Amino acid sequence: MAPLEKIRSWIDGRFNLNELLAPFKKKTVPRHRLTYWYFLGGITLFLFVIQVLTGILLLLYYRPGANEAFESVQYIMTQVQFGWLIRSIHSWSANLMIFTAFAHMFSVLFLKAYRKPRELTWLTGMILLFLVLGFGFSGYLLPWNTLAFFATKVGTEITGQVPIVGKPLMIFLRGGEDVTGATLTRFFGFHVAVLPGLATLLILIHLLLVQRLGISVPPKIQAEWLARPTSQREMKFFPNFMLRELMAWYVALGVLGALAAILPWDLGVKADPFVPAPAGIKPEWYFLFMFQTLKLIPSKVAGIDGEILGILSFGLVAFLWLLIPFFEREHPARTRQWIAGVALFALAYIAGMTIYGHFAQ
Amino acid sequence: MKTVGGLSFARFTPVVYPYDLEGRCMATTHTGMAKPEGPVTPVPRRKFVQALLGTGFMATAIAFLYPVLRYLIPPKALDMGSDSVVAGRIADLKPNSGKIFRFGSHPGILVRTASGEFRAMSATCTHLSCTVQYRDDLQHIWCACHNGHYDLNGKNIAGPPPRPLQAFDVQVRGEEIHVRRRTEA
Repeated sequence: MAPLEKIRSWIDGRFNLNELLAPFKKKTVPRHRLTYWYFLGGITLFLFVIQVLTGILLLLYYRPGANEAFESVQYIMTQVQFGWLIRSIHSWSANLMIFTAFAHMFSVLFLKAYRKPRELTWLTGMILLFLVLGFGFSGYLLPWNTLAFFATKVGTEITGQVPIVGKPLMIFLRGGEDVTGATLTRFFGFHVAVLPGLATLLILIHLLLVQRLGISVPPKIQAEWLARPTSQREMKFFPNFMLRELMAWYVALGVLGALAAILPWDLGVKADPFVPAPAGIKPEWYFLFMFQTLKLIPSKVAGIDGEILGILSFGLVAFLWLLIPFFEREHPARTRQWIAGVALFALAYIAGMTIYGHFAQ
Repeated sequence: MKTVGGLSFARFTPVVYPYDLEGRCMATTHTGMAKPEGPVTPVPRRKFVQALLGTGFMATAIAFLYPVLRYLIPPKALDMGSDSVVAGRIADLKPNSGKIFRFGSHPGILVRTASGEFRAMSATCTHLSCTVQYRDDLQHIWCACHNGHYDLNGKNIAGPPPRPLQAFDVQVRGEEIHVRRRTEA
């Protein structure tokens, strides 16, 4: 017996490994012209793992605190060997992960994969998307540079505009009335302890649900298969789908390495609360569509503060987005077309506003 | 070719390969291939492709692991300390007493013996790097961590320390006591 086989049978004799792995062996993935969209969740997961690994590496040298954070990141980028590369990979992977998470969400929406019985998969996925944005927002402050300082000031100020709960929430986030070193300490705690803990738990639930419920077949394909049962195809999850997924990860790693090496992330200038905000200051691209919307809303709309109206609208849309599966019908032939329409509109709105925000003065 | 969101993808078409991993012929009637007669030698092309892929993956793994390993090695800290430092003033030390002073980033110990002589040496115990202290009751240097004893020349005289403490030169200039690292002979 080969040594690996020996270890396997040793474990199997104690934990009944074969029975545990049986569902994975039986698991199949539907095979059709849209199968490629199934890769996005896996790529997002892969980038999350990259984030955890490079994040741990950055923790070896990073020091939170208003007097040390910027200097320690500067130290990582100039003194530590390949420190610039590790930080660049962390930043690029963060941005790519947010992109693939959004792409995954929209692909699930258009393929109608959120329908019964997958409501909870959608719900956990949406919360994960919010967490990913939280990761982006909290991590952005950690180098303690001017852009991060003002982005955090504006971002938390927007939170403070929400009626009733806003102000206490803002003070909670900032660790006081203003963005100071106390804010940095808090954001550091959120970024490296609270959010990773929550995200890991939710990812486990999300994957467990995917494993338990199997992969959804889009209603259109399902109808085609019903009409012509011989056209129905599937592939084994292991190894057929897994190997394809690994290939996608390999490509993602290549893209990530190239971006990080060719376009290393900037550090900028150390934050100074007593220096005016630089002209043309903007949030990261994934918050840009909200930022641009708030800029376009007039200061008063029907007697209500425009800013507050905008924030509340975004909050309401985000909440309704969570509930999408509950508006949908289960039967593949009677799904609601307006949901796809709304999704298309949202995609166009986000894309359009992001581009507009990018080029607007 | 199928079009998805403006991009064209080839369909997953199963590759029908008449041999399994061990090179046994699996050709059956549905592949339309006749089963060859006699034993079949393993297909070298599969092995070649596997070797190519394996090398590629290994190279990628090394390319990503190498920077990580280099990253783990902390950069050398600049030794801010010069070779000479003012360890204290004569008035600071009564006979039969000692004090710890800063020598670069390491602690040193300055001792005034009962006879009034000044001695200086490294304060890092040679056993497990605790900081030593002067015991006026024993009139020599002692390490609290594991009961190590050194005499006033820094020689290890009792307990676990394996080596003497590194001794420094002392110069008294006016009121100031200067300590200098001994240049390697």
